[in-house]
Amino acid sequence: MGDGAVPAEQMIGEMTLENFLGFPEGRRVLTCIQCGLCAGTCPYGEAMDYPPRRIIGMLRAGMLEQVFTSDSLLNCVACYACAAKCPRKIDLTGVLLPMVKEQVLIHRPDMPSELQRALESKLRYGNPMGESPRKRAAWVKTAGTPVRIMAEDPRPADVLWFVECYTSYYPRGQDNSRATARILHALGIDFAILGNEERCAGECGPLSWEPGLFNTLMEYNMAILQKYSFKRIVTSCPHAYDAFKHRYPYLGFRYPLDHTTPFIARHLERLKPRLTRKLNCTVTYHDSCCLGRHNGFYDEPRMLLQAIPGVKLTEMTHNRVNSICCGGGGGGMWLDTYYKAKGYDRLSERRVREAVATGADVLAVSCTYEVPRFEDALKVLGYDKKMIVRDVVELLAEAMEE
Amino acid sequence: MRILVLLKMVPDVVEELEVAPDGRSLDLEFLRLMVNERDDHALEEALLLKERYGGSVTVLALDAPEMDDALFTALAKGADRAVKVSGGGVGLNTCATASLFAQALSAVPNLWPADLVLTGCQAIDDLDGLLAPLLAHKLKLPYLGLVTRVEVDASGGRATLVKEYAGGVRGEFDVSLPAVLGVQAAERPPRYVPVARVRAAMKSQKIEAVPSSDRVEAATVGVLRLAKPEATEHAEMLEGTPEEVASKVCEVLAERGLL
Repeated sequence: MGDGAVPAEQMIGEMTLENFLGFPEGRRVLTCIQCGLCAGTCPYGEAMDYPPRRIIGMLRAGMLEQVFTSDSLLNCVACYACAAKCPRKIDLTGVLLPMVKEQVLIHRPDMPSELQRALESKLRYGNPMGESPRKRAAWVKTAGTPVRIMAEDPRPADVLWFVECYTSYYPRGQDNSRATARILHALGIDFAILGNEERCAGECGPLSWEPGLFNTLMEYNMAILQKYSFKRIVTSCPHAYDAFKHRYPYLGFRYPLDHTTPFIARHLERLKPRLTRKLNCTVTYHDSCCLGRHNGFYDEPRMLLQAIPGVKLTEMTHNRVNSICCGGGGGGMWLDTYYKAKGYDRLSERRVREAVATGADVLAVSCTYEVPRFEDALKVLGYDKKMIVRDVVELLAEAMEE
Repeated sequence: MRILVLLKMVPDVVEELEVAPDGRSLDLEFLRLMVNERDDHALEEALLLKERYGGSVTVLALDAPEMDDALFTALAKGADRAVKVSGGGVGLNTCATASLFAQALSAVPNLWPADLVLTGCQAIDDLDGLLAPLLAHKLKLPYLGLVTRVEVDASGGRATLVKEYAGGVRGEFDVSLPAVLGVQAAERPPRYVPVARVRAAMKSQKIEAVPSSDRVEAATVGVLRLAKPEATEHAEMLEGTPEEVASKVCEVLAERGLL
């Protein structure tokens, strides 16, 4: 889907109907048949004055000003649902809507303060929480297994593990990192991390209004990656995976790439003998938008879950391509207060209700945004005694006896 | 309407602050600087005034690490001109800072006269908020601090200001221009500027760098010792079941004559 993408630098400045139609994806809206599948499948479609179908119609009619000053796209969580359903294969999520969002950012003076803070923190500190970049690798001390940091030991590695923000700073995200370190270690993989030199890959830049921020982070990370020698990049974050896969190639990113879940799935036969502890639970798996809908990894996480002794897998009504977004993409991670103030249903709560209805004890995920989002949603809805949230790698590590 | 905004860099407390081996200054090795938060509000207020009354906004800063980023950001937000005074060094005291700003105002062409000089009413390294009043004193101009709103009259010669007091009390003041104002908060939170605009400003706009004057005033106030807080007493933790803790609380209160 990245083929039609526009390098962000070209998008700076005022957009007119003429220059909009000058972009490949801009021209493509002329093929839209206004069927409305995008609006119907959009999880926040009913909350938008202008859902995607209308936005396309208005752009074609030259009503750019109305689109750019509306707050409709603040509700876009970049979940790829519209793009996945579009019969004309218009890349709404990857290209079209980000182009519009950038204009919204320029034309609307009232950016929600939570989102503003997150974007400013990503620029200054390389993470949305505003934590010190010098503490990014602090979790390594608690890893329980050796984790090599490239700056300290720059020997070539087979795998460069790009840890990412929530997995570095957020305490429950660090559980994911500790589990990943144990699994990589058990598989005998020669891996290293960038440590404090790593910055957010920036996927939420282009998808949440800010191509300039994204370019800055992309240039920074590319320069750091080029300092070291490794054969493959594995990242814990589906959003980073997405950025590396579809956007970094503009800057010459050519490394073989994996997300941890499919990477471990490829090594599953070697891991199986280590999965000896029975977990005895019913698990339902939530497909992450980036990993599932955008990159097609539906089977790998399920394969891993089924390899765990004592795990019974059950599916939610909306699964695979129909999965409902946790609400964290496209900047939604930092718009919860805004959505709540507008009286919208939080998507994470909608999703958790569906998960609880399956009767499962565990909601398994493979995206770093989802642990905090779903754990909060379970608490808000009073289901936190009924169900727990675990990353697939956490469950695998739990099934590995010492 | 010509508005001057003074920016200065202060330590970013996201990084832990350490005392340097001399025991009188901050260790600069891992210290990162950022624009004083209140100065950002002063810039926002200046941009709002420019939008309301027309005119120009000039940003004047003392050079420091990452200062260029801050100045290009100000230009991207809508400032018309950015000037930095180099050679002042990091960690100047407030008197020396005020003196460097005052010298720059007279030495740099087309900086003065201005109608308003806006800066933050306080900084993390100037909690007394002395920078603006010291500068006003040197320039022999009226000064008002903790300002949250500025309205300029039709003649452009006077302004009505809102100043904030403790407990939510506000005062309205009338001041003749030019004047120096210490801004507490702009009328709206500082705006977001897309990074692409900052990057465009870096390519298309210039920061004027001027050397600082050699006449640095002898310091009248100096730091004797800088130290981290030392814990002298610790809280006593009461342990046990809720009932036991409750009776211990009662004992403690009775012991101290509080029951």
